[in-house]
Amino acid sequence: MNTMNPVIDQDAKVEKAPEPPAGNGINDADLEGRTVGRPFADAPKFSLRDVEVFYGETRAIKRISLDIARNEVIAFIGPSGCGKSTFLRCLNRMNDSIDICRVKGQLQLDGHDIYDPKRDVVELRARVGMVFQKPNPFPKSIYDNVAYGPRIHGLANRKSDLDDIVERSLRGAGLWNEVKDRLDTPGTGLSGGQQQRLCIARAIAVSPEVVLMDEPCSALDPIATARIEELIAELSESYTIIIVTHSMQQAARVSDRTAYFHLGHLVEVNETNKVFTTPQHPLTESYITGRFG
Amino acid sequence: MNNQQQAELVRQSLKRRYRKERRFRLYGILAIAIALAALVTLFADIIGKGYTGFIKTTITLEVPLDPQTMYLEDATDKDAFNMADFKAPLLTALHNVLPETGKGDNRDLGHLLSSYAANKVRDTLEADLSLLGTTQTMSFLVSDDVSVYVKHADDPNYSIQLSEKQQRWVDRLQERGIIQNSFNDVFFENGDSRDPGHAGVLGAIVGSLLTMVVTLLLSFPIGVAAAIYLEEFAPQNRLTDFIEVNINNLAAVPSIIFGLLGLAVFINLFGLPRSVPLVGGLVLTLMTLPTIIISSRAAIKSVPPSIREAAEGIGASRMQVVLHHVLPLALPGMLTGSIIGMAQALGETAPLLLIGMVAFIVDVPSGFVDSATVLPVQIFLWAGSPELAFIERASAAIMVLLTFLIAMNALAIWLRRRLERRW
Repeated sequence: MNTMNPVIDQDAKVEKAPEPPAGNGINDADLEGRTVGRPFADAPKFSLRDVEVFYGETRAIKRISLDIARNEVIAFIGPSGCGKSTFLRCLNRMNDSIDICRVKGQLQLDGHDIYDPKRDVVELRARVGMVFQKPNPFPKSIYDNVAYGPRIHGLANRKSDLDDIVERSLRGAGLWNEVKDRLDTPGTGLSGGQQQRLCIARAIAVSPEVVLMDEPCSALDPIATARIEELIAELSESYTIIIVTHSMQQAARVSDRTAYFHLGHLVEVNETNKVFTTPQHPLTESYITGRFG
Repeated sequence: MNNQQQAELVRQSLKRRYRKERRFRLYGILAIAIALAALVTLFADIIGKGYTGFIKTTITLEVPLDPQTMYLEDATDKDAFNMADFKAPLLTALHNVLPETGKGDNRDLGHLLSSYAANKVRDTLEADLSLLGTTQTMSFLVSDDVSVYVKHADDPNYSIQLSEKQQRWVDRLQERGIIQNSFNDVFFENGDSRDPGHAGVLGAIVGSLLTMVVTLLLSFPIGVAAAIYLEEFAPQNRLTDFIEVNINNLAAVPSIIFGLLGLAVFINLFGLPRSVPLVGGLVLTLMTLPTIIISSRAAIKSVPPSIREAAEGIGASRMQVVLHHVLPLALPGMLTGSIIGMAQALGETAPLLLIGMVAFIVDVPSGFVDSATVLPVQIFLWAGSPELAFIERASAAIMVLLTFLIAMNALAIWLRRRLERRW
């Protein structure tokens, strides 16, 4: 049997091999559940304990524990495939639609279990909004894009209320002045940066408590990126924001705390300036000094 | 190798590449030209052979409605009326316009007129008895032999059935404008008939329409619903894989098999009547469903997942995602697929033969359970008729069918453009 299909054998070996590309002699057992820094907070918004995510047989997230405080901006950084997006999508159960994905562990929002089978995912997503990597406005008018969430959740009974929500959200996303005269034109006709701000307006239109952002600036030019970063700073006054980013500068600019992920482990969490000036874990240090990733 | 040599090599390979490109483009143009030529030939042939089907030949006569010649002493007597000779005044009228003919030519003269001419005289009188004794100007269809002679005297493909004497008469009548060609309104007002002059496509058109209504009402909602369920809600498992494979197989099943199925299930098992648009529509629904499901699924699949995620991210339920976002975006594709499926069904003959829609039906159907035939079957019936005049009817009916098909395809394109242009 062994000699019949050497290719499969090789694959199996690759999977079993200890991975850390950074060297340092660090392997899975040293990392699992041993987050350094300050992962916990008092009276957190999100309380996440021993979270594991499986894609079929593969364990994509390996026993991560983390608290996310109210109205803080926390950035998830790490090399590609480290699981930061997967982890983010657990927080409003966007992984539900992936059949082979299973989530284990205790995930609580304000003390209530997110993955409680009795929990209504629609209600959860109304409280935990999301902005995606690529701007994805609906092929509808700018107005309808923003009004869609309030409409389906029944947040506005009268047209004037809805108008107010749309204006407030567009102002919140810093887009109002640019689009107020053409609210009935397609949202898909805006520029990339405007589209992303429209998506942010759409997300905050339902007045969520938390906004998840999955690399919101990766498809934008530096000017549009700067605009979104300003916006994040403004939004952080009223929302808890969790942002996944590939840009360490961005993490340093916008976030209060930074979490470094590595191959499904949460290696280090700390105040952003501490992570970038005095990282405690050698893997974090290698990553932020550009030795890999 | 220095830079100059390399540039030279690139230049040479460029030449080769451009040559290849030109050749490839030429193949493409050639293929399209061949296809267009085939299309033009087809249309030219059908129109060239069939346009005479849209022409009717009529004869206009001064008919003396004389009770004596008709042996009609008492017109109020039903029996006497039924026994009366309504052909006699027609012959008299013909004698009047062809003075050289005598009593001995009656038989040959009678052959000039369609067999329904006497009925027309009878019906006219029945409607208004006061016309008795007057002379009326009436138009009649000529017999199909005369019609063929008038339209195709020079065409070697048509054999002329008229005698020399009759041909002379017809020529003279034509010169004097008594025999005339005009637009064939009869063709669009009648159902089928044994007499080619009176045969029309209205019955077949109505039958086709009724059948299509049944097919559309059943296959579109069922097909779209099935596609949405399979694409959006069904779990991915062995059963759904099995269903998917079977839908794809069904799309490739010869249509006559669906006719057999319809005969066995709808007619023999459920006891529905034969030859009716309802059963025809049911059978064609079975046939079109796979096409509609497959094209609808493709349309749903082509909706970008980012739109789905966006809606889910705001908290839209599964149903809201489908109804508000997926369906509107997939609708143009679904409609196109459905209309193409319907066009296929409109041109389908084989399965309908098996459920009895091949019967000879004179009346225009007035409902879903009236005996009916459909356009392609009507063409099939006429094309197989021995009478030459039916051949041009068949060609004309083909043109009518093609017009419907082109109209449906144009509608599909227009709908898609219109719905897509919104964003």
